[in-house]
Amino acid sequence: MPIKYVFVLRFLGMLLLSLPLSAQAAVAIQHWQTTHGARVYFVESRELPMLDVAVDFPAGSARDPAGKSGLAQLTHGLLDQGAGGLSDTTIAHRLADVGAVLSGRFDRDRAGVTLRTLSSATEKNKALDILAQVLQRPDFPQAVVKREKQRLIASIREAEADPGEVASKAFYRALYGTHPYARDEAGDPAAIARLTRGDLQAFYRMHYSAPNAVISMMGDITRAEAEAIAQRLAAGLSHAAPVPALPKPAQAATSDTRIAHPSTQSHVLVGVVGMARNAPDFFPLFVGNYVLGGGGFDSRLMREVRDKRGYAYSAYSYFMPMTEAGPFQLGLQTKLEQTDDALKVAQDTLRQFIAEGPSEAELIQAKSNLTGGFPLRIDSNKKILDYLSVIGFYNLPLDYLDTWVDRVNAVDVAAVRQAFARRIDPARLVTVVVGAGSAR
Amino acid sequence: MRSLWAIGLALLLGSAQASLTDVTLDNGMRVIVKEDRRAPVMVSQVWYRAGSMDEFNGTTGVAHVLEHMMFKGTQTVPPGEFSKRIAAAGGRENAFTSRDYTAYFQQMQKDRLELAMQLEADRMANLVISDELFAKEIQVVMEERRLRTDDQPQSVLYERLMATAYQAHPYRRPIIGWMDDLSSMTAQDARDWYARWYAPNNATLVVAGDVKADEVVALARKYFGVLPKRALPERKTQAEPPQLGEKRIVVKAPAQLPYLLMAWHAPKLKDWAQDIEPYALQILAGVLSGNDSARLQKTLVKTQQIAVNASAGYDPVARGPAMFMIDATPAAGKSVAALERAIRAEIARIQREGISDAELARVKAQVIAADVYQQDSLFYQAMQLGDYVIAGLPPEALAGRVDKLRAVTASEVQAVAQKWLQDERVNVAELDPQPLNAPARRAAVPGVRHAN
Repeated sequence: MPIKYVFVLRFLGMLLLSLPLSAQAAVAIQHWQTTHGARVYFVESRELPMLDVAVDFPAGSARDPAGKSGLAQLTHGLLDQGAGGLSDTTIAHRLADVGAVLSGRFDRDRAGVTLRTLSSATEKNKALDILAQVLQRPDFPQAVVKREKQRLIASIREAEADPGEVASKAFYRALYGTHPYARDEAGDPAAIARLTRGDLQAFYRMHYSAPNAVISMMGDITRAEAEAIAQRLAAGLSHAAPVPALPKPAQAATSDTRIAHPSTQSHVLVGVVGMARNAPDFFPLFVGNYVLGGGGFDSRLMREVRDKRGYAYSAYSYFMPMTEAGPFQLGLQTKLEQTDDALKVAQDTLRQFIAEGPSEAELIQAKSNLTGGFPLRIDSNKKILDYLSVIGFYNLPLDYLDTWVDRVNAVDVAAVRQAFARRIDPARLVTVVVGAGSAR
Repeated sequence: MRSLWAIGLALLLGSAQASLTDVTLDNGMRVIVKEDRRAPVMVSQVWYRAGSMDEFNGTTGVAHVLEHMMFKGTQTVPPGEFSKRIAAAGGRENAFTSRDYTAYFQQMQKDRLELAMQLEADRMANLVISDELFAKEIQVVMEERRLRTDDQPQSVLYERLMATAYQAHPYRRPIIGWMDDLSSMTAQDARDWYARWYAPNNATLVVAGDVKADEVVALARKYFGVLPKRALPERKTQAEPPQLGEKRIVVKAPAQLPYLLMAWHAPKLKDWAQDIEPYALQILAGVLSGNDSARLQKTLVKTQQIAVNASAGYDPVARGPAMFMIDATPAAGKSVAALERAIRAEIARIQREGISDAELARVKAQVIAADVYQQDSLFYQAMQLGDYVIAGLPPEALAGRVDKLRAVTASEVQAVAQKWLQDERVNVAELDPQPLNAPARRAAVPGVRHAN
């Protein structure tokens, strides 16, 4: 898309995958449950005349039933395409008429809807009316189901030209085998083609229930008003019981997948099954990974792969904390003829880090950046809203914010070394390479 | 709804509130400060009025290459040390190059501005570009080109369309540069670029956040104010001659779906207080694709189901000429030609019948709300200021834009559609997908994979 051409950035910033939060800058989180069992997280902020609301459900692609890969994604995508008797066009126009922005977010764990609106009464009430309809009464009109199935399949097909997408999908398949995380978020075109309106309705009723809901709010409303909004949003949801726990993923056997693709670069991914969001060694892994591949130009991977050798524009590693253990992933992209050299440098860097851990100086640098940069993590309503959702969805303690800096500071070299050695067995790495030829 | 419209929406955001300080130091460097005390943080950005449009043939991409080299050390700060010091202070930093400018930024706690300024001022004057580090970094940039352009068929299409739509104006060249130019670029090319453009009188400092304007200006005087002013090369206009008929290219590249991109030359914002057309064109983009059931989405995606995606965009804030663009992906079994006809029919309908009052009011409501929402991002507020200043527009243009957009009438929108979205002004690019499993093309001539 043209828009990406507005700038050429110096490097691809690390994704904010772990959403850490912290202490001193008191974000006063209020928490309660609605009478229907929805959990609510609220921060009052009167500085800007606006309100952000997010409602999340454990309705990500890991919840796709067998043979129906894509059902979760399609259900989520259909929520605002006809609800409560309002057409997709009426919904879009009513939101735009008051300047409200309704967005969705979707991954393997989570399906969510976010609303940003002005906090002036008329605009806010109209926007919340639409949000309630979309959450509580999606119609899944037959003709729209048919249309959106085609669009979802088209987006999957379009992504097949992107070697990075191809690599990512293959990586999850190799890492997770028969676990639900193995399936692609967008689904399988053949399975999507078979989905029916009844499938969507059943999935919706089972997953988009009040006991499954996490409601986050941030902005220009009072506690009393927040309670009323949460009550109203939860009231019309089904009462379906909380979803069962996902199975625990097994550690994958080592593998090396090579996929041909007509690209000028190879996309290389290396990893193992990593950690869950509530893992006890979250902080040693998170802080340690800053040194390995999460800290941009402070990281060893960037130094070894990019700075010293010019092999790649982007070289990184991260733990993706999920409901169950998400991947530890190391990645780079390099021109075809130097694929094996770059892969070897990355593997060696990883092995050495696991064997030796970070140096004292590296760890100090990592902690300085993470703790010193804490205020930047909560400097907007949007960022705080996202943190509320993560705390709620993953059942993190309410004092998570207050203890974060201390927990980062408490990490020492030994803790990092032990955590990495426990989590990553260099003899059991899963490797995926996508690029022309795929020769070794 | 995301892609092209995002450009339009981004530009619909202008904040009239919060105090603004705008001063020029004795050496010609401009300093703009926006105080915003919502969080104890600040962003500091240095903008150089030198982007890919200032390059010469044979060394395309050098603006961006120099951006990379700016992190490779000065006479007193060793390579890599800039990033390390900012990181140690809890900062985030990056840089970006566009057609119009190169900009560098740091986001940090509010009390760490001095460190950012000290380091930025140092590399404004004292950069060292070694042959050895250049040789590594140019490889990194070529990998960046492969990653972001050569292996992304829609990016290739965009690059080739720009090279076609502009025949004289330097916007015809890709920001990242042609691969062959990167291959033959030398450290001296980067040094020449630095010597030509990196001077205080070609730079603007924008600081936003929980800072005091007088303190920021004092720091700017201390660190940047001591750098000598230098003579800058004369900038010539290089105006694009009028387009004399439709232009059309086909790009064949491995992909699964076709893709269509249409572009019309359009006016940019020059006199923000008097101009009408740039504001009317922004409203037009909103009418076409400003919400999930705006005209393109409703007609092409939902009703006719001839497209799976369609959007429009227009950016009037630029040093060079502007364009109005529409992009779309055809639905399965539909041809690009049919999709193009449908898009033209939608344009013709507006040219013939105009837009409704409801549509106009809807786009304006979005403009007003977006003006509030953008205050949630400090970084974005600073970005807008830099963007305007680089384009030669005063900060008042930003402050006044919401009112200007609110004043647009339905007949003005119809008039700009008639005047600017004409068939003889259109540039059309079609992605003709080739099999993904065909024998690998070869890299003897890296990056070349089109036919137009």
